[in-house]
Amino acid sequence: MKARVTVTLKSGVLDPQGQAIGGSLKSLGFDGVGAVRQGKIFDIELDETDLSQARSKLTAMCEKLLANTVIENYTIETSH
Amino acid sequence: MKSAVIVFPGSNRDHDMIVALTKLSGQAPEIVWHKDTAIPDVDLVVIPGGFSYGDYLRAGAIAARSPIMDAVRDHAAKGGYVLGVCNGFQILTEAGLLPGVLMRNASLKFVCREVKLEVINNQTPFTSGYEAGQIIRCPVAHHDGNYFTDAETLKSIEDNGQVAFRYAEGTNINGSLNDIAGVFNAEKNVLGLMPHPENLIESAHGGVDGQGLFNGLLKAVA
Repeated sequence: MKARVTVTLKSGVLDPQGQAIGGSLKSLGFDGVGAVRQGKIFDIELDETDLSQARSKLTAMCEKLLANTVIENYTIETSH
Repeated sequence: MKSAVIVFPGSNRDHDMIVALTKLSGQAPEIVWHKDTAIPDVDLVVIPGGFSYGDYLRAGAIAARSPIMDAVRDHAAKGGYVLGVCNGFQILTEAGLLPGVLMRNASLKFVCREVKLEVINNQTPFTSGYEAGQIIRCPVAHHDGNYFTDAETLKSIEDNGQVAFRYAEGTNINGSLNDIAGVFNAEKNVLGLMPHPENLIESAHGGVDGQGLFNGLLKAVA
């Protein structure tokens, strides 16, 4: 099973890197660019066939390591 | 005072800390590797500065899940002193031993300079060597020192005297909330701070303002 975990900053958490990226897009001449927020994507291969088992493992991975839940949210997608 | 310094792959201020502890306490600290699972019987455990695991994922994130950290947690739970400086502060927040998180500096720049710190709570073993409100000099060198926490936690650490140091005189160089440079846990036996007191302890460093932190601990364990 393959999984994709997306980690993003919670709303309200300052994202100076996203701001700098947004500023750079504007300076490249892209019009109409509003706020930019950056995050991380993890593609994970799992030796697991049961969907609910996989999701509970992935949730534990997010809580223990992949996200710092003080400042970050995470979403999990799975595919075969 | 018996002490131990934890070393991770990528620690680079460990030797500065070893020199400072040896000079000020009169005994060399034990050196403990991150893969160890036990810490010798000591009064103080120090997590030094550096770039453990190259700051991969988030600064301090991977080191905080190292085997040795359970022993650090046990030491703190028993009331032993734990000090984290710079990357050590990041590791302690990632390990859940201190509240909050250290984010990328608001300027996005690595900052290496001297700052001014105000001593906020001097009623702890770490800070009793200073006066409350005293302004001290201290060097900083970091890229991820922007202290952040949610509003509720911020209020609780402010109300509980858990703010140890604030950047003073306009020297908040990283965007930290409430100018916070160092925080205690609720019990005040764990301290993390971004500045490097171990780098200002002898005249050759250009000052001795960092000595107060070590002197307070020496007095507490005497």
